[in-house]
Amino acid sequence: MSHADVHHHDRAHTHHADETLVTEDEAGNLEAQIIIDALQNLLVTKNLLAPEEVTQEIERLEAPGVHLGALIVARAWADPAYKARLLANGKSAALELGIKVGEAQLIVVENSTTVHNLVCCTLCSCYPRSILGQPPSWYISKAYRARAVREPRVVLAEFGLLLPEDVELRVHDSNADMRYLILPERPTGSESMDMSQLAELVTRDCMIGVAKVAPVRAPRK
Amino acid sequence: MTVRFRVGDTVKVSDLGKAGHIRTPFYVRGKVGEVIQFCGFFLNPENLAVGNTAGPVIPLYRVSFRQKDLWPHYEGSPGDKVLIEIYDHWLTAAPGITSGKCEAERSS
Repeated sequence: MSHADVHHHDRAHTHHADETLVTEDEAGNLEAQIIIDALQNLLVTKNLLAPEEVTQEIERLEAPGVHLGALIVARAWADPAYKARLLANGKSAALELGIKVGEAQLIVVENSTTVHNLVCCTLCSCYPRSILGQPPSWYISKAYRARAVREPRVVLAEFGLLLPEDVELRVHDSNADMRYLILPERPTGSESMDMSQLAELVTRDCMIGVAKVAPVRAPRK
Repeated sequence: MTVRFRVGDTVKVSDLGKAGHIRTPFYVRGKVGEVIQFCGFFLNPENLAVGNTAGPVIPLYRVSFRQKDLWPHYEGSPGDKVLIEIYDHWLTAAPGITSGKCEAERSS
């Protein structure tokens, strides 16, 4: 290994505050992609992996999305008994709706007029992927991970959510085996909505805690 | 392995000075909080990260900290908290030291 190689190796593994998430060369090739392609070609050549298996795995990873979390929230809004079961055991309550939570346990926390919850993972990017899909890029950014625990009210204000002083803010650091889903407050104006209409109101950001569900305006006549 | 702490217990996070895939962030080390939930037994991620999947499993707790105990210059409501999961071996009992109460978060 040449000196240049050693230097490059060091640079790639030293974590600077301004490091970029992806490294690409002048032609636009992603360094990680080149390595993955080479590894995949090798595994396919050696008959250890079929290309279809890779495609299937990507589809499996990308299949869950915000719609699953929204379905859980909508059901909890519409059905108080379900909500009680959800708050007691998120994983089994999700399974009631046919939603399989892959993580060890799903802890569901409820927002109210006196308590607001926010989820982050200060150590990496732990996220309830099986019910919300892949996390947004800001969720895995170092800025969010550091600031969500240190100055969460400032972060929320930047998302446009000004939390009153008398509301208790609980930040959940999803650092280990549990995963968290926030049950937002059911918005005013949604009283006559059915479950599928309710589910459409629920956004990803509301289930992470950086937003509240917007009030529903009466349709114009 | 026994479950050493109960919901409501006051605990202090140790600074074990370990390297590797530890799941106890620096900002809670040396801080005092309150156990709000026993999560169950899990394999130690410090072992899992180096391929040791044989166990043993260890207790995992959720611990609540007052923001003002974590960040001296915290600006916000006095009731604001951080709730985080800590594995058993990072905790010591800290009876008599007051910590953030979090009634609604408690579960039996």
